[in-house]
Amino acid sequence: MSTKNKTREKGELVLRMRGLRMEGQADGEWHEIVKGIDLDLHRGEVVGLIGESGAGKSTIGLASMGFARPGCRITAGSIEFDGTDLMQQSEDYKRNLRGGRISYVAQSAAASFNPAHKLIDQFGEAAVQHGVLTKAEADRDAKDLYKRLELPNPDTIGYRYPHQVSGGQLQRAMVAMAMACKPDLIIFDEPTTALDVTTQIEVLAAVKDIVTTFNTAAIYITHDLAVVAQVADKIMVLRHGNMIELGETRSMIAKPKEDYTRELLAVRTYKKEEFAEANDDAPILKVSNITASYGKGITVLDDVSMEIHRGHTVAVVGESGSGKSTLARVITGLLPPSQGSIEFEGEILPSALKNRNKDQLRRLQMIYQMPDTALNPRQRVRDVIGRPLSFYLGMQGQEKETRIRELLTLIELDPDHFIDRFPGELSGGQKQRICIARALAAEPELIICDEVTSALDQLVAEEILKLLQRLQNELHVSYMFITHDIATVKAISDEMVVMLQGKIVEQGEKDVVLTPPQHEYTELLLSSVPEMDPDWLDDLLARRAAGEVVSTIASKPNA
Amino acid sequence: MNAILTMIAQRLALGVLTLFIVSLIIFFSVSLMPGDYAEAILGQAALPDTVRAFREQLGLDQPAYVRYFQWLGGVFTGDLGTSFSSERAVTELIGARFGNTMFLAAYAALIAVPLALVLGVLAALYRNSFYDRTVNVVTLTTISSPEFFLAYVLIMFFSVGLWNGSEMIMGGFFPPIANVSDDVGFWERVYRTTLPAVTMTLVIVAHMMRMTRASIINLLASPYIEMANLKGLTKSRIVFKHALPNALAPIINVIAVNMAYLIVGVVLIEVVFVYPGLGGLLVDSVSKRDIPVVQGSCLVFAAVYILLNLTADVLSIISNPRLLHPR
Amino acid sequence: MTRFLKFMQSAPWSARFGMFVIAVYVFVAFFVPVLAPFGETELVGSSYQGWDSTYWLGTDSLGRDMFTRILYGARNTIGIAFVTTCLAFLLGGLLGFMSATLGGWVDQLLGRFVDVIMAIPSLIFALLLLTIFGTSVPVLIIIIAVLDSTRVYRLARAVGMNITVMEYVEAAKLRGEGLWWIIRREILPNAMPPMVAEFGLRFCFVFLFISALSFLGLGIKPPIADWGSMVKENAALISYGDITPLLPAGAIALLTVAVNFVVDWFLHKTSGLRDEH
Repeated sequence: MSTKNKTREKGELVLRMRGLRMEGQADGEWHEIVKGIDLDLHRGEVVGLIGESGAGKSTIGLASMGFARPGCRITAGSIEFDGTDLMQQSEDYKRNLRGGRISYVAQSAAASFNPAHKLIDQFGEAAVQHGVLTKAEADRDAKDLYKRLELPNPDTIGYRYPHQVSGGQLQRAMVAMAMACKPDLIIFDEPTTALDVTTQIEVLAAVKDIVTTFNTAAIYITHDLAVVAQVADKIMVLRHGNMIELGETRSMIAKPKEDYTRELLAVRTYKKEEFAEANDDAPILKVSNITASYGKGITVLDDVSMEIHRGHTVAVVGESGSGKSTLARVITGLLPPSQGSIEFEGEILPSALKNRNKDQLRRLQMIYQMPDTALNPRQRVRDVIGRPLSFYLGMQGQEKETRIRELLTLIELDPDHFIDRFPGELSGGQKQRICIARALAAEPELIICDEVTSALDQLVAEEILKLLQRLQNELHVSYMFITHDIATVKAISDEMVVMLQGKIVEQGEKDVVLTPPQHEYTELLLSSVPEMDPDWLDDLLARRAAGEVVSTIASKPNA
Repeated sequence: MNAILTMIAQRLALGVLTLFIVSLIIFFSVSLMPGDYAEAILGQAALPDTVRAFREQLGLDQPAYVRYFQWLGGVFTGDLGTSFSSERAVTELIGARFGNTMFLAAYAALIAVPLALVLGVLAALYRNSFYDRTVNVVTLTTISSPEFFLAYVLIMFFSVGLWNGSEMIMGGFFPPIANVSDDVGFWERVYRTTLPAVTMTLVIVAHMMRMTRASIINLLASPYIEMANLKGLTKSRIVFKHALPNALAPIINVIAVNMAYLIVGVVLIEVVFVYPGLGGLLVDSVSKRDIPVVQGSCLVFAAVYILLNLTADVLSIISNPRLLHPR
Repeated sequence: MTRFLKFMQSAPWSARFGMFVIAVYVFVAFFVPVLAPFGETELVGSSYQGWDSTYWLGTDSLGRDMFTRILYGARNTIGIAFVTTCLAFLLGGLLGFMSATLGGWVDQLLGRFVDVIMAIPSLIFALLLLTIFGTSVPVLIIIIAVLDSTRVYRLARAVGMNITVMEYVEAAKLRGEGLWWIIRREILPNAMPPMVAEFGLRFCFVFLFISALSFLGLGIKPPIADWGSMVKENAALISYGDITPLLPAGAIALLTVAVNFVVDWFLHKTSGLRDEH
């Protein structure tokens, strides 16, 4: 079984998939979710599987190990690994391959490590069972790999339990674990999706290092084209279980053949056409010296001040734990601050929600990240949009009906078609449009958009951004745009606010903040956003090593 | 490790507090009794003098909180007052029967726990198989049946027997009445209490195995089990090394919850089999409105119940790796 | 309507059997005066007569017709259990949803209160309270409803909590909606499937609980025909190999089995539907 001493020549065929078809079970019926996929993978080669949700990329990744999740099954095709068709082999044969010659890196390391065992014991487990290594050898290898992947305290970190280690470190420990047997093939299933951008880069660097050093073949699954461009030699674009396009990374990015690929590439190039002029009008919202905390002691917002002007979009940017969503909760009155004040159109707002009057509530609306949970599944579109109309504006009967239809037209949904639907009968993007219509129904002055595009597929997200921009141009509403995604900031904002650990580190007009000189955290954040350039990661790592750009900052939490 | 000790100390303190509040409820709920306590006991027709004398005898002329602390003091010194109906000390009455109840409960638990765990784990591992579905229907049926129904059915089959004319087809294996006293030897006692123990077992096993099945299925769906599969580990290693350490907490919880249920369920079974346990005593005393005995037995049942739930709590803290190895 | 029919057609044999049994019980409970050959408390013969063509299931210790009393038992026992369960749901459900929506000290207070009540085994607590308040039917209903409402409260609060964390509830709060509107329009419609299932389970529990109390002689009292007390009154017959006393007990078991089958299917179905999204 040992593959350790096998010569690793680049070019040798490792995986050959032909006509793979798979079905998934929903509501007691089987539906085809992978519709005939061919894939060749050679030693030392990385193929990126990219597509939106429901494209079947994870399912294909697992199938290359001869594995199907409960509720899924392989119905046709062949999966040849090293010349042997896994479909024809026994479960025991496949079990011997898994963890030995093929290994898997899951999206959520936190959930995929067993909470009851130490990291280093989980590292060597498969290798010892497959008879590749002894426990002592495995422990030694683990420490070497931990060091190579730049985990802090590589000699001791393995003796910790999973919950004692942070997310980014855990993800790297999982990459290390996948390498325990020096496999011929690794499946990376969205290994950075759950991480912040500044942490993502560390994991990406680890993945790239491992793959090139050990000349391993890999399948890298992601929905982010810029991420996959950094590690993959070739890219396969998937949609609804079909292959749309397959090609060399560089040529695909330079010259995509299919429209769908072109659309995916175009997403990040959208930019607002005209930016709002800076004006000296009184701000519509003025937040002064806000300090807030949950419970006792833990301060989540520390002396935060900012302004939003009429018709402007202010982006609030930060990673998880930066306090950006808390700021929204404070402004809406859900979390009264311990200090500071909020002025709305020159008038001090009561800090608690229950002390605000209907008109104050009406003028400040909110749109959420997850349209699935932001709409009551038991209310029809008519009721969802109609409620603010009757609640705030006292509309009834025909007047209300007419207005609901107007609003639906405004968000580009056909009223006749959609007015009687339940949220369950809408797509993600349509749901988010309904949420926008609900906010607009109140005729607000300011809308807080909390990560409104991050749960959506990229193409849909872009449509939503365009819609929001059009509405702003027509209605002169202001937006406070909370996001972790720099591309979104670049696309839509006039001004931006950068937050770190509850404090504002930098704020001002977008172009000023985006151009150096900047606060070192802003620089770190901006430089960590993957670009659609296959050389970006290598360049950045080289520049960081040379000290040309910041690679870490003192106050950043240990990633 | 310190955090865990603090948590356990907190649970213990909470348990003591709960017990204290429960004692308050048990004591003071009696004063909610409509009309006069003494009158209620003696009946409306009692002479005023008799009532007054009885009241003094009970110490009812003193304020309630004084009587509560006297009663509570009595609880700690093993004096729960005197029974109205038999004039015997409550502690003595309870003491004699408490051992019997514990014996029956332990007997049932000894059969039920291993049986339920094995059946439950098997049902989880072979989910949706014929075995699983059969077990599901059978356990649903037992859970749905009143305990006394199961008891009488067992008596019918194993004791009274099925008769065909004058010929007994089966039956006569066990006595229909679990009559034990102090001079009965251990094995004879086991023999006589088999039917009640089996009845208890039927009810408990059904509950316990359904809960075990559910928690194991829940566990097997977790991502780290999928990861273990994708690491190519053997099935036995996945079950014993990856599932079991994490299943401990839920399984302990299942056992403790059912033990608590068992302690209470025993009341009915004791009545059916005329078994001289605490449950029988409680039911008798309730019909006679023998308040000191009712209070005493309720306190004992509540204490055992709280203690079992507390044990479950503490054990599941100890068996949780996240709490065991804090950051 | 067609969706409803389709839903029904997907029921397995166990659930269909359950629904059929429930329908029969409900029918008997409503039309018992027409169906029963004799009056509920009418003395029709000598005591303990055997099964024959007049007295289908014989007579009891006082010479009342067993078959008649079993039919009346359906009305009395099920009726009382049903009323009790409804009361428990009204109380526990309302408080549970309030706890979930309001949070803060209301939630804390109610939560602690329920914890204490649940720290005492409910059968024991019920026995204590019955000693104090006596054993009339209204007292029985209130005591059991209050004790059982703690469990409803726990579930309603948990279900409510899962719903209140949803952003559509936050959106309603931000809009300025009142507590009652949020409970009625946002929480209740989404809490229905688990609450309906729980209603079935709690009904079974209450039904068994009342029967147990009656069996102990502390629940529904004669001469009202009730299955639990009928078992107790005629238990002596069992030693003679007569299965008549088992019939009311079997009637209890059959109904609870039936309800459980239906609930089991319903739970499976509703949780299955949720997986789909």
